[in-house]
Formats: sequence, structure tokens, C-alpha cells
Amino acid sequence: MPAQVITVTSGKGGVGKTTAVANLAVALASDGSKVVCIDGDIGLRNLDVVMGLENRIVYDIVDVIEGRCRLRQAMIRDKKLPELYLIPAAQTRDKSAVSPSDMNRLVKDLRTDYDFVLIDSPAGIERGFRNAIAAADRVLVITNPEVSAVRDADRVIGILEAEEKGPAALIINRLNPALVKNHDMLSAEDVLDLLAVELIGIVPEDETVIISSNRGAPVAFDSKSKAGQAFRNIARRLKGESVPFLDLDSHGSLWQRIQRLAGRK
Amino acid sequence: MNETKSLLQIKGLRDGLLISLDDAPWEEQRAALITQVDGQPAFFQGARLALDVASQVLHVNELVEMRDQLSERGIFLWAVISESPTTEKTAQLLGLATRISKPRPEENRQFSVEDLGDETALFLNRTLRSGTRIEFPGHVVILGDVNPGAEIIAEGNVIIWGRLRGMVHAGSNGNRSAVICALDLSPTQLRIADEVSATLKPQESTRPERALINEDGRLQAEFWEPK
Repeated sequence: MPAQVITVTSGKGGVGKTTAVANLAVALASDGSKVVCIDGDIGLRNLDVVMGLENRIVYDIVDVIEGRCRLRQAMIRDKKLPELYLIPAAQTRDKSAVSPSDMNRLVKDLRTDYDFVLIDSPAGIERGFRNAIAAADRVLVITNPEVSAVRDADRVIGILEAEEKGPAALIINRLNPALVKNHDMLSAEDVLDLLAVELIGIVPEDETVIISSNRGAPVAFDSKSKAGQAFRNIARRLKGESVPFLDLDSHGSLWQRIQRLAGRK
Repeated sequence: MNETKSLLQIKGLRDGLLISLDDAPWEEQRAALITQVDGQPAFFQGARLALDVASQVLHVNELVEMRDQLSERGIFLWAVISESPTTEKTAQLLGLATRISKPRPEENRQFSVEDLGDETALFLNRTLRSGTRIEFPGHVVILGDVNPGAEIIAEGNVIIWGRLRGMVHAGSNGNRSAVICALDLSPTQLRIADEVSATLKPQESTRPERALINEDGRLQAEFWEPK
């Protein structure tokens, strides 16, 4: 079966694109899929750091595109998961080194041999973003429950619709159920109400995410972390499984409301 | 080479270049433009480009291809001007401008509804998301929401069958009798003619509302009451 090519993007920076890509990759690969991640943030690479593979980089994506190495030479195998690979971004070049057609060519070579190709998009809606979505079969838009992040997600979803990239799916990251309960944070319903797209996951605020990102071991490896569980659930949904949403609130009311929302078109 | 050049007209604008195409087949024009650009890379590098495509009917993929090809050559396409409403709509969908400069509104000029572009309305059956800007010299009807960050500028009335949370300017060329109707009127800002209102009193209930300029000359919203 040819690979599913999934781009994670957000518009706004710092909402968790790179963390999501690293964790979804780990979750998919732990579950037996063959996965390649591509860091599309050329000039500001950091997917390699979050995955703990920085010290193994020899060649990067620009080397592949400009013909200085073969594709397989730029693919770094993960330390723990033998079926997980990373194609790192170039640190010393900028977005103009890659074009949307370069991305299409590169991804085409990966489609036959892998199950998932995950592309990490840079922030913004300029060249780097266009590169990142060029080859995508499916786009996951990630946002935080904050007005500015949701506004940017809305803009990105609008562009994806205009480019006929198919319906985007939404990940709400860093939701804090306690704050939502006190009406100090947008709820998942508020966000979905505005964006009106399919919800594929809600990841709770969890400090283990930061700790594990700094250690270069994505939180999806951590069986006790709630955020890790949320990412593993998203990975299963990407494979077409129907997985109930996490109960983030001990009283269960949030979960019921989200279930209701998720069921609606 | 001379032949391809005759297809294109290049003009300098205050803030970039304007290239005018004619009605010859799109593929020929596109090729001619790229040839022209590749012939003088130093001249075009880093340019802000507005493209006048006459009455060409262009769809999303054609404009996207054009924009990508230009961007690969360091040219930023920011506007597409067209006589075709389809092309204009496509350009707007892609976030491109469709006018180079806005005509200045003439002050104190009264428009009757009959004057508004022969009663023409732009009908959009979708939600306008952040970053979308619709400008239209007539009425605008939206079947969907207008999200925060989206803008509608209409010379006529604006009717939204959905939630209005973005910015709407009705009667943009000075028509003070224009109205704005929405099923849920919670805009970031409303304008009718030259009246601006950032703080219409927030309505808790979501009943249909209509905004207009009242007898005192102020912009005001009122619930719609079935007669």
C-alpha cells in the first residue's frame, strides 16, 4: 500500500508542530508502521533535536534536492525504532533552496516503500509552508486554545481549502481542562465552533512533553503520560481506527461534550 | 521572441510592476511571461508583480502554478486583475489582491439602491475564514459564517446567513442607506458608508439582527422582527 503523506502545520509558531510530528512518528512506528519524517523548516531545523538525532546528521534535505547525496543517505534511522527515519532540514540554507515541485519529487520516491511520510511545516504561510503542503495527501492543522493561534489556524484552513488540499483535520494542543472549567481558556467546543473542521485529537497540557522534548525522547514513548496517550490515539485514528477521545476531565463532562462534537459534521 | 513580447505589456507602478496580458490562450501567455522573466532575471528578481489577465477565466490550479513559477524566480505575485468574475474570485480565494488601488469614495454623494451595479450581488456559498477579503461593487450575500479576520467590503448591502464575527463595510462608496444583516451579529467591526462601529452592544442571544444608520446618523443594530 502506498504511503499516506501527512503534513502538520499551524500558521502560528510555537503551538507544537514539531512536537506533534515527532510524537506521531514515534507512535506510528511503535505500532509497526514504516515511517519517514521530513523536517520542512529549512534554516531553523529542530525536529532532529526533539527526536534526539541531531548528532547523526551527515546529509540533509537540500543535499538530496541538489544531488549531493542519494535519498537513502540523508535518512537517519531512529535510535530505538528501526522502522522510523528522519530526513533533516538544512541549517545553513533558507526556504528558497526548496520548491514545491522538489518536495513532490522527493516524497514520490518514498511513497512506495513506507506507510507514512510525516512533514513538519515551518510557521507562517509563505514559501516554506507551500513546500510543506505541496506533497500532502492529508493536512493536520494544530492549534492551541488561544485566540491568536485559532485565528491563524483559520487562515491556514482557508488556504488549504482554496488549494483544494482536501478537508484538514484539527489537533488541539496544550488544552488545560482546569482553566477551561473556570472559563479562562477557550474550550475544545469554542475552537471547533469557529474552525468547523474534523477533530482528530486533543492533547492536554503536560509538562512531561517539554522534559522529553529536551531529552530527545518524544513523550509518546512514555506509557504513563496523558499527552503521550493522546498522541498515540491520534496515530491510531490516522490508521483509520475509531478511538474514543481521552477523558481529560475527571468528571467526564468534557469528554461527553467532545464526543458529541466529534460526532457532528 | 518579438512575437512573444507583443503578448505582454510591462508597466512600472509605484510599488512594483504591472504586466498586462491579452486574451490569447493562457498557456501561450504563461510561457511568454516566463520566457520574458528568464530572459532578464536581474530585472525581475525580487519584483512585486500585479498581473492584468484581461478576461481570461482562470481557476485555482492555473493561478497557483503561475504564482509558484514566479516565486521560484524570486517574483512575488500580489495581485491579479481581471474582468472575469471567476478569475477575480479565484484570486481572492488565494489571498491575492484584485485591485491595484481603491477608488476614493466620493463624499456626501447619495446613492439610491437602483444605482448599485444593476442590482447585482455576489453570492458566496461558504464560510469566509481569517485572511479572506471580499471587495465587490454591489451587494454581497454569504451563505456561511464570516470568521474573525475576514473582511467584506461592498458598495451595496451585505447579508450573511450565518455568524458574522469579522469585519463588514457596507455602502463602501458612501451609500448611507446600506444595511448589514446577519443571523448572529457579533462583528469585530462594522462600517456603513463612513460610519464605524467597533462596539455594538454585545447581544447574548443569537437572534437575527440588522445594522443600519439611524435618523441620528449613528450606526446601530436592531433585532429583526418578523412582521
